Amino acid sequence: MSLRNLPTTLFVGAGIFILWLVTAFCGPLLMGTDPNALNFEALLQRPNINHLFGTDHLGRDILTRVVYAGRIDIWMGFAGVLPALIIGTLFGLMAGYFGGVVEAVLMRVTDVTQAFPFFVLVLAIVAVLGPGLTNFFIAIAAVGWVSYARLIRAEVLVVKNAEYVLAAKILGYHPLFIAFRHVLPNVLAPIIVYAMTDAVLVILFGAGLGFLGLGVQPPTAEWGVMIANGQPYVTGAWWICLFPGLATVTLGLGFSLIGDGLAKHLRIKN
Amino acid sequence: MQRYQVILQRLLHLLPVLLGISIVSFLLVQLIPGDPVRLMLGARAPDEVVAAVRARYGLDQPILQQYLTYLENLFQGDLGQSIVYRKPVGELIMERLPRTLFLAIYVVCITIPSTIFLAITAARHQGRKIDHIITTSAVFGITIPVFWLGIMMARLFGVEFGWFPVSGYGNNFFGHLHHLFLPALSTAIWMVPVLVRNLRSAILEQMEADYVVAGRSKGLPEQYLFYYHILKNSIMPTLNLFGVMVAVLFGGTVIVEKVYAVPGLGDLMISSIFGRDYFVVQAITLFYAVVTITVTLAVDIISTIIDPRVKL
Repeated sequence: MSLRNLPTTLFVGAGIFILWLVTAFCGPLLMGTDPNALNFEALLQRPNINHLFGTDHLGRDILTRVVYAGRIDIWMGFAGVLPALIIGTLFGLMAGYFGGVVEAVLMRVTDVTQAFPFFVLVLAIVAVLGPGLTNFFIAIAAVGWVSYARLIRAEVLVVKNAEYVLAAKILGYHPLFIAFRHVLPNVLAPIIVYAMTDAVLVILFGAGLGFLGLGVQPPTAEWGVMIANGQPYVTGAWWICLFPGLATVTLGLGFSLIGDGLAKHLRIKN
Repeated sequence: MQRYQVILQRLLHLLPVLLGISIVSFLLVQLIPGDPVRLMLGARAPDEVVAAVRARYGLDQPILQQYLTYLENLFQGDLGQSIVYRKPVGELIMERLPRTLFLAIYVVCITIPSTIFLAITAARHQGRKIDHIITTSAVFGITIPVFWLGIMMARLFGVEFGWFPVSGYGNNFFGHLHHLFLPALSTAIWMVPVLVRNLRSAILEQMEADYVVAGRSKGLPEQYLFYYHILKNSIMPTLNLFGVMVAVLFGGTVIVEKVYAVPGLGDLMISSIFGRDYFVVQAITLFYAVVTITVTLAVDIISTIIDPRVKL
Protein backbone atom coordinates (compact mmCIF):
# COMPACT_ATOMS: atom_id res chain seq x y z
CA MET A 1 0.00 0.00 0.00
CA SER A 2 1.51 3.28 -1.02
CA LEU A 3 0.66 6.70 0.32
CA ARG A 4 -0.32 7.82 -3.16
CA ASN A 5 -3.45 5.70 -3.08
CA LEU A 6 -4.81 7.56 -0.08
CA PRO A 7 -7.47 10.18 -0.80
CA THR A 8 -6.46 13.85 -0.80
CA THR A 9 -9.04 14.74 1.86
CA LEU A 10 -7.22 12.47 4.27
CA PHE A 11 -3.98 14.38 3.74
CA VAL A 12 -5.63 17.78 4.01
CA GLY A 13 -7.45 16.72 7.19
CA ALA A 14 -4.35 15.22 8.77
CA GLY A 15 -2.40 18.34 7.76
CA ILE A 16 -4.90 20.64 9.46
CA PHE A 17 -4.95 18.45 12.54
CA ILE A 18 -1.16 18.27 12.83
CA LEU A 19 -0.93 22.02 12.30
CA TRP A 20 -3.32 22.53 15.20
CA LEU A 21 -1.46 20.05 17.36
CA VAL A 22 1.85 21.82 16.74
CA THR A 23 0.34 25.28 17.22
CA ALA A 24 -1.44 24.40 20.44
CA PHE A 25 1.40 22.51 22.07
CA CYS A 26 4.47 24.27 20.73
CA GLY A 27 3.03 27.73 20.02
CA PRO A 28 2.90 28.74 23.70
CA LEU A 29 6.63 27.90 24.01
CA LEU A 30 7.45 30.49 21.37
CA MET A 31 5.01 33.16 22.47
CA GLY A 32 5.56 32.56 26.13
CA THR A 33 2.81 34.96 27.16
CA ASP A 34 0.27 34.12 29.81
CA PRO A 35 -3.22 33.57 28.29
CA ASN A 36 -4.78 35.14 31.37
CA ALA A 37 -2.45 38.13 31.55
CA LEU A 38 -4.51 41.28 31.97
CA ASN A 39 -3.46 44.44 30.26
CA PHE A 40 -5.54 47.46 31.17
CA GLU A 41 -3.69 49.64 28.72
CA ALA A 42 -4.90 47.56 25.80
CA LEU A 43 -8.61 46.96 26.34
CA LEU A 44 -10.76 45.88 23.39
CA GLN A 45 -8.08 46.61 20.83
CA ARG A 46 -8.71 45.83 17.19
CA PRO A 47 -6.40 43.30 15.58
CA ASN A 48 -3.06 45.13 15.17
CA ILE A 49 0.63 44.41 14.94
CA ASN A 50 1.05 43.82 18.69
CA HIS A 51 -2.13 41.81 19.05
CA LEU A 52 -2.75 40.03 15.77
CA PHE A 53 -6.22 38.87 16.84
CA GLY A 54 -6.93 41.92 19.04
CA THR A 55 -7.63 41.96 22.76
CA ASP A 56 -10.72 41.39 24.89
CA HIS A 57 -12.44 43.52 27.53
CA LEU A 58 -9.71 42.71 30.05
CA GLY A 59 -6.90 43.37 27.62
CA ARG A 60 -6.08 39.68 27.23
CA ASP A 61 -4.48 38.78 23.94
CA ILE A 62 -6.96 36.81 21.83
CA LEU A 63 -4.30 35.01 19.78
CA THR A 64 -2.54 33.69 22.89
CA ARG A 65 -5.86 32.57 24.35
CA VAL A 66 -7.01 30.88 21.13
CA VAL A 67 -3.74 28.94 20.98
CA TYR A 68 -3.83 27.91 24.65
CA ALA A 69 -7.49 26.98 24.36
CA GLY A 70 -6.51 24.69 21.48
CA ARG A 71 -4.90 22.37 24.02
CA ILE A 72 -8.14 21.96 25.93
CA ASP A 73 -10.32 21.62 22.86
CA ILE A 74 -8.07 19.04 21.21
CA TRP A 75 -7.98 17.18 24.51
CA MET A 76 -11.79 17.31 24.60
CA GLY A 77 -11.89 15.62 21.22
CA PHE A 78 -9.79 12.73 22.50
CA ALA A 79 -10.96 12.33 26.07
CA GLY A 80 -14.57 12.73 24.99
CA VAL A 81 -14.37 10.08 22.29
CA LEU A 82 -12.02 7.38 23.62
CA PRO A 83 -13.92 6.15 26.71
CA ALA A 84 -17.17 5.96 24.76
CA LEU A 85 -15.37 4.17 21.94
CA ILE A 86 -13.78 1.59 24.22
CA ILE A 87 -16.87 0.88 26.32
CA GLY A 88 -19.09 0.81 23.26
CA THR A 89 -16.78 -1.48 21.32
CA LEU A 90 -16.52 -4.00 24.16
CA PHE A 91 -20.25 -3.98 24.78
CA GLY A 92 -21.11 -4.15 21.08
CA LEU A 93 -18.66 -6.98 20.47
CA MET A 94 -20.08 -9.03 23.33
CA ALA A 95 -23.65 -8.32 22.28
CA GLY A 96 -23.05 -9.10 18.63
CA TYR A 97 -20.90 -12.17 19.06
CA PHE A 98 -22.52 -13.87 22.02
CA GLY A 99 -26.06 -12.45 21.81
CA GLY A 100 -28.26 -13.47 24.70
CA VAL A 101 -28.85 -11.25 27.69
CA VAL A 102 -26.10 -8.77 26.83
CA GLU A 103 -27.66 -8.18 23.44
CA ALA A 104 -31.17 -7.84 24.82
CA VAL A 105 -30.01 -5.35 27.44
CA LEU A 106 -27.99 -3.41 24.88
CA MET A 107 -30.91 -3.08 22.51
CA ARG A 108 -33.22 -1.80 25.24
CA VAL A 109 -30.61 0.64 26.54
CA THR A 110 -29.99 1.85 22.99
CA ASP A 111 -33.69 2.45 22.39
CA VAL A 112 -34.01 4.45 25.58
CA THR A 113 -30.82 6.48 25.18
CA GLN A 114 -31.64 7.39 21.62
CA ALA A 115 -35.04 8.65 22.65
CA PHE A 116 -33.32 11.59 24.34
CA PRO A 117 -31.85 14.40 22.30
CA PHE A 118 -28.13 13.81 22.79
CA PHE A 119 -27.28 17.33 23.85
CA VAL A 120 -30.24 17.57 26.23
CA LEU A 121 -29.27 14.36 28.02
CA VAL A 122 -25.62 15.42 28.30
CA LEU A 123 -26.79 18.78 29.58
CA ALA A 124 -29.06 17.14 32.16
CA ILE A 125 -26.28 14.86 33.42
CA VAL A 126 -23.86 17.79 33.69
CA ALA A 127 -26.61 19.71 35.45
CA VAL A 128 -26.91 17.13 38.20
CA LEU A 129 -23.21 16.28 38.48
CA GLY A 130 -22.12 19.91 38.39
CA PRO A 131 -20.29 21.98 35.77
CA GLY A 132 -16.74 21.22 34.67
CA LEU A 133 -14.69 19.30 32.17
CA THR A 134 -14.54 15.99 34.09
CA ASN A 135 -18.29 15.81 34.46
CA PHE A 136 -18.64 16.65 30.79
CA PHE A 137 -16.43 13.66 29.93
CA ILE A 138 -18.48 11.43 32.24
CA ALA A 139 -21.71 12.59 30.62
CA ILE A 140 -20.38 12.17 27.08
CA ALA A 141 -19.10 8.68 27.83
CA ALA A 142 -22.34 7.70 29.56
CA VAL A 143 -24.45 8.72 26.57
CA GLY A 144 -22.02 8.29 23.69
CA TRP A 145 -20.94 4.65 24.09
CA VAL A 146 -24.35 3.50 22.90
CA SER A 147 -23.80 4.61 19.30
CA TYR A 148 -20.47 2.75 19.15
CA ALA A 149 -21.99 -0.38 20.63
CA ARG A 150 -24.82 -0.36 18.11
CA LEU A 151 -22.46 0.14 15.19
CA ILE A 152 -20.06 -2.59 16.31
CA ARG A 153 -22.90 -5.01 16.96
CA ALA A 154 -24.27 -4.55 13.45
CA GLU A 155 -20.81 -5.19 11.98
CA VAL A 156 -20.18 -8.20 14.19
CA LEU A 157 -23.46 -9.79 13.10
CA VAL A 158 -22.14 -9.76 9.52
CA VAL A 159 -18.61 -10.87 10.30
CA LYS A 160 -19.38 -13.64 12.74
CA ASN A 161 -20.64 -15.92 9.98
CA ALA A 162 -17.51 -15.45 7.91
CA GLU A 163 -15.53 -18.53 7.01
CA TYR A 164 -12.43 -17.53 8.90
CA VAL A 165 -14.48 -17.33 12.09
CA LEU A 166 -15.88 -20.76 11.40
CA ALA A 167 -12.35 -22.01 10.76
CA ALA A 168 -11.18 -20.58 14.07
CA LYS A 169 -14.10 -22.30 15.80
CA ILE A 170 -13.25 -25.63 14.20
CA LEU A 171 -9.67 -25.23 15.32
CA GLY A 172 -11.07 -25.08 18.82
CA TYR A 173 -10.03 -21.59 19.82
CA HIS A 174 -11.60 -20.03 22.87
CA PRO A 175 -14.68 -17.92 21.96
CA LEU A 176 -13.17 -14.84 23.64
CA PHE A 177 -9.98 -15.32 21.65
CA ILE A 178 -11.96 -15.52 18.42
CA ALA A 179 -14.03 -12.46 19.36
CA PHE A 180 -11.02 -10.26 20.12
CA ARG A 181 -8.43 -11.66 17.75
CA HIS A 182 -10.47 -12.46 14.66
CA VAL A 183 -13.74 -10.56 14.81
CA LEU A 184 -12.70 -7.28 16.43
CA PRO A 185 -9.99 -6.25 13.93
CA ASN A 186 -12.44 -6.78 11.09
CA VAL A 187 -15.17 -4.55 12.51
CA LEU A 188 -13.07 -1.60 13.65
CA ALA A 189 -12.96 0.36 10.38
CA PRO A 190 -16.45 1.92 10.49
CA ILE A 191 -15.92 2.73 14.16
CA ILE A 192 -12.79 4.72 13.45
CA VAL A 193 -14.56 6.67 10.72
CA TYR A 194 -17.46 7.34 13.05
CA ALA A 195 -15.06 8.39 15.83
CA MET A 196 -13.86 11.27 13.65
CA THR A 197 -17.39 12.61 13.18
CA ASP A 198 -17.99 12.03 16.86
CA ALA A 199 -14.87 14.03 17.76
CA VAL A 200 -16.30 17.01 15.85
CA LEU A 201 -19.59 16.68 17.72
CA VAL A 202 -17.89 16.29 21.09
CA ILE A 203 -15.78 19.40 20.51
CA LEU A 204 -18.89 21.33 19.44
CA PHE A 205 -20.79 20.14 22.52
CA GLY A 206 -17.85 20.84 24.80
CA ALA A 207 -17.53 24.34 23.42
CA GLY A 208 -21.32 24.65 23.68
CA LEU A 209 -21.25 23.74 27.35
CA GLY A 210 -18.35 26.14 27.87
CA PHE A 211 -20.43 28.80 26.15
CA LEU A 212 -23.37 28.12 28.48
CA GLY A 213 -21.05 28.30 31.50
CA LEU A 214 -21.40 24.58 32.28
CA GLY A 215 -18.17 23.28 30.80
CA VAL A 216 -14.66 24.59 31.28
CA GLN A 217 -14.85 27.37 33.83
CA PRO A 218 -13.52 30.87 33.18
CA PRO A 219 -10.94 32.36 33.28
CA THR A 220 -9.44 29.22 31.69
CA ALA A 221 -9.20 29.82 27.95
CA GLU A 222 -11.50 27.52 25.99
CA TRP A 223 -13.08 28.44 22.65
CA GLY A 224 -16.69 28.19 23.85
CA VAL A 225 -15.89 30.17 26.99
CA MET A 226 -14.13 32.83 24.91
CA ILE A 227 -17.12 33.15 22.59
CA ALA A 228 -19.38 33.61 25.63
CA ASN A 229 -16.98 36.25 27.00
CA GLY A 230 -17.08 38.12 23.73
CA GLN A 231 -20.84 38.01 23.20
CA PRO A 232 -21.67 41.17 25.22
CA TYR A 233 -19.04 43.13 23.27
CA VAL A 234 -19.76 41.70 19.85
CA THR A 235 -21.32 44.90 18.49
CA GLY A 236 -18.13 46.88 18.89
CA ALA A 237 -15.49 44.18 19.19
CA TRP A 238 -16.37 41.37 16.79
CA TRP A 239 -12.86 39.90 16.94
CA ILE A 240 -13.29 38.46 20.44
CA CYS A 241 -15.93 36.05 19.15
CA LEU A 242 -14.73 35.62 15.59
CA PHE A 243 -11.36 33.97 16.16
CA PRO A 244 -12.27 31.27 18.70
CA GLY A 245 -15.17 30.34 16.41
CA LEU A 246 -12.89 30.06 13.39
CA ALA A 247 -10.53 27.95 15.49
CA THR A 248 -13.37 25.55 16.33
CA VAL A 249 -14.38 25.34 12.67
CA THR A 250 -10.85 24.60 11.45
CA LEU A 251 -10.14 21.94 14.07
CA GLY A 252 -13.52 20.34 13.34
CA LEU A 253 -12.74 20.51 9.63
CA GLY A 254 -9.51 18.61 10.26
CA PHE A 255 -11.35 15.77 11.99
CA SER A 256 -14.16 15.77 9.41
CA LEU A 257 -11.79 15.54 6.47
CA ILE A 258 -9.81 12.74 8.11
CA GLY A 259 -13.11 10.91 8.61
CA ASP A 260 -14.22 11.50 5.01
CA GLY A 261 -10.87 10.45 3.66
CA LEU A 262 -10.82 7.27 5.73
CA ALA A 263 -14.37 6.43 4.69
CA LYS A 264 -13.51 6.90 1.04
CA HIS A 265 -10.33 4.86 1.35
CA LEU A 266 -11.92 1.98 3.25
CA ARG A 267 -14.86 1.75 0.89
CA ILE A 268 -12.54 1.49 -2.09
CA LYS A 269 -10.64 -1.24 -0.34
CA ASN A 270 -13.76 -3.17 0.42
CA MET B 1 -54.39 -4.32 6.74
CA GLN B 2 -50.81 -5.32 7.26
CA ARG B 3 -49.81 -1.69 7.54
CA TYR B 4 -51.95 -1.25 10.65
CA GLN B 5 -50.41 -4.34 12.15
CA VAL B 6 -46.95 -2.92 11.59
CA ILE B 7 -47.91 0.38 13.17
CA LEU B 8 -49.53 -1.38 16.12
CA GLN B 9 -46.38 -3.40 16.70
CA ARG B 10 -44.38 -0.21 16.58
CA LEU B 11 -46.66 1.31 19.23
CA LEU B 12 -46.27 -1.69 21.51
CA HIS B 13 -42.55 -1.39 21.12
CA LEU B 14 -42.82 2.11 22.53
CA LEU B 15 -44.02 0.96 25.95
CA PRO B 16 -40.66 -0.33 27.26
CA VAL B 17 -38.97 2.75 25.79
CA LEU B 18 -41.35 5.05 27.67
CA LEU B 19 -40.69 3.10 30.85
CA GLY B 20 -36.95 3.39 30.25
CA ILE B 21 -37.23 7.11 29.70
CA SER B 22 -39.07 7.52 32.98
CA ILE B 23 -36.36 5.50 34.78
CA VAL B 24 -33.57 7.63 33.30
CA SER B 25 -35.24 10.90 34.18
CA PHE B 26 -36.02 9.57 37.67
CA LEU B 27 -32.40 8.54 38.16
CA LEU B 28 -31.19 11.98 37.11
CA VAL B 29 -32.32 13.50 40.39
CA GLN B 30 -30.94 10.50 42.30
CA LEU B 31 -27.53 11.15 40.74
CA ILE B 32 -27.16 14.52 42.39
CA PRO B 33 -24.15 14.30 44.69
CA GLY B 34 -25.38 15.19 48.14
CA ASP B 35 -28.86 16.10 49.20
CA PRO B 36 -30.89 17.65 46.37
CA VAL B 37 -33.29 19.38 48.74
CA ARG B 38 -30.43 20.91 50.68
CA LEU B 39 -28.87 22.06 47.41
CA MET B 40 -32.11 23.55 46.19
CA LEU B 41 -32.99 25.34 49.39
CA GLY B 42 -29.48 26.54 50.14
CA ALA B 43 -27.14 25.92 53.05
CA ARG B 44 -28.91 28.36 55.35
CA ALA B 45 -32.32 26.68 55.25
CA PRO B 46 -33.34 25.29 58.66
CA ASP B 47 -33.32 21.51 59.06
CA GLU B 48 -37.07 21.38 59.72
CA VAL B 49 -37.81 23.07 56.39
CA VAL B 50 -35.51 20.66 54.57
CA ALA B 51 -37.22 17.73 56.26
CA ALA B 52 -40.65 19.13 55.45
CA VAL B 53 -39.83 19.63 51.76
CA ARG B 54 -38.32 16.18 51.61
CA ALA B 55 -41.46 14.66 53.07
CA ARG B 56 -43.68 16.72 50.78
CA TYR B 57 -41.89 15.43 47.67
CA GLY B 58 -41.68 11.93 49.08
CA LEU B 59 -37.89 11.98 49.10
CA ASP B 60 -37.77 10.27 52.50
CA GLN B 61 -39.30 7.11 51.04
CA PRO B 62 -37.34 4.07 49.85
CA ILE B 63 -36.09 4.50 46.28
CA LEU B 64 -38.43 1.99 44.64
CA GLN B 65 -41.39 3.58 46.36
CA GLN B 66 -40.16 6.96 45.14
CA TYR B 67 -40.00 5.71 41.58
CA LEU B 68 -43.50 4.26 41.74
CA THR B 69 -44.82 7.54 43.09
CA TYR B 70 -42.98 9.38 40.33
CA LEU B 71 -44.53 7.10 37.72
CA GLU B 72 -47.97 7.47 39.23
CA ASN B 73 -47.62 11.25 39.15
CA LEU B 74 -46.49 11.15 35.54
CA PHE B 75 -49.56 9.16 34.59
CA GLN B 76 -51.68 11.84 36.18
CA GLY B 77 -49.86 14.48 34.17
CA ASP B 78 -48.03 15.81 37.24
CA LEU B 79 -44.44 16.57 36.30
CA GLY B 80 -43.51 17.94 39.72
CA GLN B 81 -43.18 21.36 41.25
CA SER B 82 -40.72 24.10 40.44
CA ILE B 83 -39.02 25.30 43.57
CA VAL B 84 -37.90 28.57 42.01
CA TYR B 85 -41.17 29.54 40.28
CA ARG B 86 -43.42 27.86 42.89
CA LYS B 87 -45.60 26.51 40.12
CA PRO B 88 -46.30 23.07 38.67
CA VAL B 89 -43.61 22.27 36.10
CA GLY B 90 -46.28 21.22 33.61
CA GLU B 91 -47.64 24.76 33.60
CA LEU B 92 -44.17 26.22 33.06
CA ILE B 93 -43.55 23.88 30.16
CA MET B 94 -46.87 24.69 28.52
CA GLU B 95 -46.09 28.39 28.77
CA ARG B 96 -42.76 27.97 27.01
CA LEU B 97 -43.59 25.14 24.64
CA PRO B 98 -45.31 27.13 21.84
CA ARG B 99 -42.19 29.25 21.35
CA THR B 100 -39.84 26.29 21.09
CA LEU B 101 -42.31 24.47 18.87
CA PHE B 102 -42.61 27.50 16.61
CA LEU B 103 -38.84 27.66 16.36
CA ALA B 104 -38.54 23.93 15.64
CA ILE B 105 -41.20 23.99 12.92
CA TYR B 106 -39.62 27.09 11.45
CA VAL B 107 -36.28 25.27 11.28
CA VAL B 108 -37.92 22.29 9.58
CA CYS B 109 -39.61 24.61 7.07
CA ILE B 110 -36.25 26.10 6.16
CA THR B 111 -34.42 22.77 6.24
CA ILE B 112 -36.55 20.54 4.01
CA PRO B 113 -36.76 22.70 0.86
CA SER B 114 -33.11 23.74 1.02
CA THR B 115 -31.96 20.16 1.60
CA ILE B 116 -33.93 18.85 -1.37
CA PHE B 117 -32.85 21.73 -3.61
CA LEU B 118 -29.16 21.50 -2.73
CA ALA B 119 -28.98 17.71 -2.88
CA ILE B 120 -30.71 17.57 -6.27
CA THR B 121 -28.49 20.31 -7.65
CA ALA B 122 -25.36 18.58 -6.40
CA ALA B 123 -26.39 15.13 -7.61
CA ARG B 124 -27.47 16.30 -11.07
CA HIS B 125 -24.14 18.05 -11.56
CA GLN B 126 -22.04 15.33 -10.00
CA GLY B 127 -18.31 16.01 -10.22
CA ARG B 128 -18.79 19.51 -11.58
CA LYS B 129 -18.03 22.83 -9.93
CA ILE B 130 -21.45 23.37 -8.34
CA ASP B 131 -21.31 19.88 -6.80
CA HIS B 132 -17.88 20.61 -5.32
CA ILE B 133 -19.10 23.91 -3.91
CA ILE B 134 -22.12 22.28 -2.26
CA THR B 135 -20.25 19.28 -0.85
CA THR B 136 -17.39 21.43 0.43
CA SER B 137 -19.74 23.87 2.14
CA ALA B 138 -21.50 20.87 3.65
CA VAL B 139 -18.27 19.78 5.32
CA PHE B 140 -17.87 23.29 6.71
CA GLY B 141 -21.50 23.47 7.84
CA ILE B 142 -21.12 20.44 10.07
CA THR B 143 -18.16 21.90 11.95
CA ILE B 144 -19.65 25.34 12.69
CA PRO B 145 -20.65 25.83 16.34
CA VAL B 146 -24.30 26.82 16.18
CA PHE B 147 -24.03 29.37 19.00
CA TRP B 148 -21.09 31.08 17.34
CA LEU B 149 -22.89 31.22 14.01
CA GLY B 150 -25.86 32.67 15.88
CA ILE B 151 -23.79 35.44 17.43
CA MET B 152 -22.01 36.28 14.21
CA MET B 153 -25.26 36.37 12.22
CA ALA B 154 -26.90 38.53 14.86
CA ARG B 155 -23.92 40.87 14.60
CA LEU B 156 -24.05 41.01 10.80
CA PHE B 157 -27.75 40.90 9.92
CA GLY B 158 -29.11 42.23 13.18
CA VAL B 159 -26.68 44.99 14.14
CA GLU B 160 -24.79 45.86 10.96
CA PHE B 161 -27.68 45.71 8.49
CA GLY B 162 -30.52 46.00 10.99
CA TRP B 163 -32.69 43.52 9.08
CA PHE B 164 -33.68 41.33 12.00
CA PRO B 165 -34.14 41.70 15.73
CA VAL B 166 -31.38 39.95 17.69
CA SER B 167 -33.39 38.79 20.67
CA GLY B 168 -36.89 38.01 21.88
CA TYR B 169 -39.94 36.38 20.37
CA GLY B 170 -42.24 39.06 18.94
CA ASN B 171 -45.92 39.69 19.58
CA ASN B 172 -47.85 38.15 16.70
CA PHE B 173 -47.34 35.51 14.03
CA PHE B 174 -45.37 37.78 11.74
CA GLY B 175 -43.44 39.13 14.68
CA HIS B 176 -42.48 35.56 15.58
CA LEU B 177 -41.43 34.89 11.99
CA HIS B 178 -39.33 38.03 12.01
CA HIS B 179 -37.79 37.50 15.46
CA LEU B 180 -37.08 33.82 15.04
CA PHE B 181 -35.64 34.04 11.53
CA LEU B 182 -32.00 34.22 12.60
CA PRO B 183 -32.32 31.55 15.32
CA ALA B 184 -34.08 29.23 12.87
CA LEU B 185 -31.56 29.93 10.13
CA SER B 186 -28.56 29.22 12.36
CA THR B 187 -30.06 25.92 13.49
CA ALA B 188 -30.96 25.00 9.91
CA ILE B 189 -27.43 25.73 8.69
CA TRP B 190 -26.31 23.13 11.18
CA MET B 191 -28.82 20.50 10.03
CA VAL B 192 -28.91 20.95 6.27
CA PRO B 193 -25.31 19.79 5.53
CA VAL B 194 -25.82 16.38 7.14
CA LEU B 195 -29.08 15.82 5.28
CA VAL B 196 -27.73 17.12 1.96
CA ARG B 197 -24.78 14.73 2.05
CA ASN B 198 -27.10 11.86 2.85
CA LEU B 199 -29.68 12.67 0.17
CA ARG B 200 -27.05 13.40 -2.45
CA SER B 201 -25.35 10.04 -2.03
CA ALA B 202 -28.74 8.26 -1.95
CA ILE B 203 -29.69 9.92 -5.26
CA LEU B 204 -26.34 9.01 -6.81
CA GLU B 205 -26.81 5.43 -5.69
CA GLN B 206 -30.32 5.24 -7.16
CA MET B 207 -29.14 6.73 -10.46
CA GLU B 208 -27.13 3.58 -11.03
CA ALA B 209 -30.05 1.27 -10.31
CA ASP B 210 -31.33 -1.21 -12.88
CA TYR B 211 -34.81 0.25 -13.02
CA VAL B 212 -33.29 3.55 -14.17
CA VAL B 213 -31.55 1.82 -17.05
CA ALA B 214 -34.81 0.02 -17.82
CA GLY B 215 -36.72 3.30 -17.80
CA ARG B 216 -34.16 4.99 -19.97
CA SER B 217 -34.14 2.17 -22.52
CA LYS B 218 -37.91 2.39 -22.58
CA GLY B 219 -37.42 6.01 -23.65
CA LEU B 220 -38.69 7.79 -20.54
CA PRO B 221 -37.70 11.47 -20.45
CA GLU B 222 -34.76 12.12 -18.09
CA GLN B 223 -36.70 14.73 -16.09
CA TYR B 224 -39.56 12.32 -15.47
CA LEU B 225 -37.18 9.52 -14.63
CA PHE B 226 -35.34 11.71 -12.15
CA TYR B 227 -38.22 13.31 -10.31
CA TYR B 228 -40.67 10.46 -10.48
CA HIS B 229 -38.46 7.41 -9.99
CA ILE B 230 -35.02 8.28 -8.68
CA LEU B 231 -35.99 10.98 -6.21
CA LYS B 232 -38.89 8.98 -4.82
CA ASN B 233 -36.62 6.06 -4.09
CA SER B 234 -33.84 8.19 -2.65
CA ILE B 235 -35.93 10.00 -0.10
CA MET B 236 -36.37 7.10 2.35
CA PRO B 237 -32.93 6.98 4.01
CA THR B 238 -32.92 10.74 4.31
CA LEU B 239 -36.39 10.70 5.85
CA ASN B 240 -35.14 8.29 8.51
CA LEU B 241 -32.09 10.40 9.14
CA PHE B 242 -34.39 13.38 9.38
CA GLY B 243 -36.18 11.69 12.27
CA VAL B 244 -32.85 11.33 14.05
CA MET B 245 -31.94 14.90 13.20
CA VAL B 246 -35.06 16.20 14.89
CA ALA B 247 -33.56 15.03 18.17
CA VAL B 248 -30.44 16.95 17.26
CA LEU B 249 -32.63 19.89 16.35
CA PHE B 250 -34.10 20.05 19.84
CA GLY B 251 -30.61 19.92 21.30
CA GLY B 252 -29.70 22.77 18.99
CA THR B 253 -32.69 24.91 19.96
CA VAL B 254 -31.61 24.78 23.60
CA ILE B 255 -28.42 26.61 22.86
CA VAL B 256 -29.86 28.84 20.11
CA GLU B 257 -32.63 30.03 22.43
CA LYS B 258 -29.91 31.05 24.84
CA VAL B 259 -28.01 33.03 22.18
CA TYR B 260 -31.07 34.91 20.93
CA ALA B 261 -32.79 35.17 24.31
CA VAL B 262 -35.89 33.34 23.03
CA PRO B 263 -37.91 32.53 26.16
CA GLY B 264 -38.53 28.90 25.20
CA LEU B 265 -38.09 25.50 26.82
CA GLY B 266 -34.32 25.37 26.31
CA ASP B 267 -33.93 28.76 27.91
CA LEU B 268 -36.01 27.52 30.86
CA MET B 269 -33.84 24.41 31.10
CA ILE B 270 -30.60 26.40 31.22
CA SER B 271 -31.85 28.87 33.79
CA SER B 272 -33.20 25.99 35.90
CA ILE B 273 -29.82 24.30 35.81
CA PHE B 274 -28.23 27.44 37.20
CA GLY B 275 -31.08 27.91 39.67
CA ARG B 276 -30.71 24.28 40.84
CA ASP B 277 -34.36 23.77 40.08
CA TYR B 278 -33.79 20.07 39.56
CA PHE B 279 -37.40 19.00 39.10
CA VAL B 280 -37.73 21.41 36.18
CA VAL B 281 -34.55 20.06 34.57
CA GLN B 282 -35.81 16.54 35.09
CA ALA B 283 -39.24 17.27 33.65
CA ILE B 284 -37.89 19.11 30.61
CA THR B 285 -35.46 16.29 29.86
CA LEU B 286 -38.34 13.83 30.03
CA PHE B 287 -40.48 16.10 27.90
CA TYR B 288 -37.84 16.43 25.18
CA ALA B 289 -37.54 12.65 25.07
CA VAL B 290 -41.29 12.20 24.68
CA VAL B 291 -41.39 14.79 21.90
CA THR B 292 -38.49 13.07 20.17
CA ILE B 293 -40.03 9.60 20.21
CA THR B 294 -43.31 11.06 18.98
CA VAL B 295 -41.52 12.61 16.02
CA THR B 296 -39.61 9.41 15.29
CA LEU B 297 -42.88 7.50 15.45
CA ALA B 298 -44.47 9.95 13.01
CA VAL B 299 -41.52 9.58 10.64
CA ASP B 300 -41.78 5.79 10.83
CA ILE B 301 -45.49 5.88 10.07
CA ILE B 302 -44.87 8.21 7.13
CA SER B 303 -42.22 5.78 5.92
CA THR B 304 -44.70 2.90 5.83
CA ILE B 305 -47.13 5.07 3.91
CA ILE B 306 -44.51 6.09 1.35
CA ASP B 307 -43.01 2.65 1.04
CA PRO B 308 -45.18 -0.28 2.14
CA ARG B 309 -42.17 -2.60 2.09
CA VAL B 310 -40.75 -0.92 5.18
CA LYS B 311 -40.59 -3.10 8.25
CA LEU B 312 -40.53 -1.13 11.46
